[in-house]
Amino acid sequence: MLERLRAPWSDRRAERVLGALASLVLLVIALMIVFVAVKAWPTLRNNHLIGWLGFGGDVDAQISDQVNGVGRGGDQFAINAGPLIYATVLTTAVAVVVGLAFALFSAIFIVEFAPPRLRRVIVPVVRLLAAVPSVIYGLIGILVLAPFVNDHLLPDGRKRSVEYVVQLSGTSLLVATLVLTVMITPIMIAIITDALYSVPKSWTEGAVALGVNRWRATWTVSVRAARPAIIAAAVLATARALGEGIMLSMVSGGRGFSPNPLDGLSFLFEPLRPLAATIVENVESLNAPAIRSSVYAFALLLLLSSFALSVGGYIAKQPMKKYGIRV
Amino acid sequence: MATEIRTPGTLPPLPPYVPPGGPRRPPRRRRTGESLSTWRYGDRVAFALCWACGLALCLIAAAIVVYLGVRGVQYLTFTLLTTHPEAGLDQAKTGGFLDPIVGTVLLTVIGIAIATPIAVGTAVWIVEYGRPSAFARAVESGIEIVAGTPDIVIAIFGLALFQQHLFAPLSLTADGGAVFGRSFMTAGAMMSLIALPMVFGTTREGLQAVPAHVREASYGLGKTRIATIRRVLLPSVRSNISTGMALGMGRICGDTAVVIVLLGATLRLESEGSIPGFNALKGTGSTLTSYVYNNSPAGEGNAPQKAYAAAFVLLLIVVALNLAVDVIARRGSQTGLQNGRLGA
Repeated sequence: MLERLRAPWSDRRAERVLGALASLVLLVIALMIVFVAVKAWPTLRNNHLIGWLGFGGDVDAQISDQVNGVGRGGDQFAINAGPLIYATVLTTAVAVVVGLAFALFSAIFIVEFAPPRLRRVIVPVVRLLAAVPSVIYGLIGILVLAPFVNDHLLPDGRKRSVEYVVQLSGTSLLVATLVLTVMITPIMIAIITDALYSVPKSWTEGAVALGVNRWRATWTVSVRAARPAIIAAAVLATARALGEGIMLSMVSGGRGFSPNPLDGLSFLFEPLRPLAATIVENVESLNAPAIRSSVYAFALLLLLSSFALSVGGYIAKQPMKKYGIRV
Repeated sequence: MATEIRTPGTLPPLPPYVPPGGPRRPPRRRRTGESLSTWRYGDRVAFALCWACGLALCLIAAAIVVYLGVRGVQYLTFTLLTTHPEAGLDQAKTGGFLDPIVGTVLLTVIGIAIATPIAVGTAVWIVEYGRPSAFARAVESGIEIVAGTPDIVIAIFGLALFQQHLFAPLSLTADGGAVFGRSFMTAGAMMSLIALPMVFGTTREGLQAVPAHVREASYGLGKTRIATIRRVLLPSVRSNISTGMALGMGRICGDTAVVIVLLGATLRLESEGSIPGFNALKGTGSTLTSYVYNNSPAGEGNAPQKAYAAAFVLLLIVVALNLAVDVIARRGSQTGLQNGRLGA
């Protein structure tokens, strides 16, 4: 047996073995969809497929009913996950929009304006920020930022003004999006920097030769040429932000509440809990059939959106290949 | 008959080149940058914004590292590193985090050991064979999809998968016949999905950077394709593979969701079964990430000092892996990553 393995492989056999290894990835993806969908099916079936996406009632009460196996009107699968989805969309959208602007300017700084000595520092810094585990961001958020917000930005009057609706403590939309922005910005900077570097230098030189300044040349030539990569960066960062569960379960307040923009500034300090964080917090109670099915339904929603975003990012990057640029 | 062959080593050394008129000074660099005062007002604001963003990045990173460093040095003691965790209400009595450190190392090794062969094989297949091309494109975007899948989804997918009876040998089976699905092996298998895109990306990049004439020379010597891959291509992308492995190990070390869901995040390493060595792999445990999570105010332990100390150790591990990436990339830079590439 070993002798046969050690003998030189024929090309045909090698191609087949390596091709089988490669198709493993597709197999895993297919399995992932099937398993999660099958486990999520009871919730989907009992809520008319998409009925659980809407608002209605207190989602935390519904979840704890499901954990305890208590039926609500005879249907223990009933759930309205609207606030959780709203929280996911809200944190992700704010973090990606703020992070994209920040990342774009930082990437231009790294590529165009940073003095070489500073550039040698800033590139490892970006890589470090991208590599810091999410639980460390969460720890800093919950032990440093949240108490700071609670002590200095939340006067008692503000807490009292909404105390019949929701308790305000430091863990809030503000802290969650702030930490999330810091987490996803390095990913975007890495992609945008690569794209800006790979824009041919002669293009911007041509613009400079025509008399525009360095900023104009970068903004109108490099950034425009790198637009597909910028879109791809935003899309991939969105996928990352959607799926961030651990950090958000630590700093978002852990309450299925929909922050209301009409509350004025209090909006920023209201707690919420996105889908991924809900999954993390209910992992222990997966033995109850209703909550298990709901958790897998949340996972299915996240899975399908991240698939769509990954494919979108892949398509968005294609125009860069036209110039022979690999991103 | 004995003609003397002069190898390059026996040549007399050349005298150092001296240009006529003595050694010349390097030409003085003149600042050619334009003055900001000629810029339009809006452009100046944008320029200032760029600087502000770049400096803010450095400040944020410095703040995180310095803060954790101060807290870490303040709370980290040698006994914390060498004692087992204990259950207890008082922070002074809950022991150290030896088990989580062992768990982190064990899980990282399992994960990377599964991920590397698959990732390298896939990368080789895509670059060297890649037929039919539609299938190759599907595999390529499949890996991007895996890279974009949230870790919590991967984790609970793993739970659903490994609770099948087919995978019963990998984890504890309860008396009623229910498969627990949580062990180092199941967690490691799912962790490999998290590390796989990293190893794949760097390996593919390295293979694509190997010039075509290297392959042609090998074919010209009568080697088959697979022999070329084994003897020529893989050795030349070794540094890329190690870079990817280091990046992947960093991702595994830092992942919390898979640990909490699939490793059970038990306080100590619990062995299952009676086969020595295998029983630890079949058992549950925790890693530094789940230890930090459980000891933060969000978890059950609520021992912030321990959490800071463990987070500091975790950060040190991640920084060390990052430095390893730099060192490897610098050493293998003839085919490796170009300078300045951040490696998205």
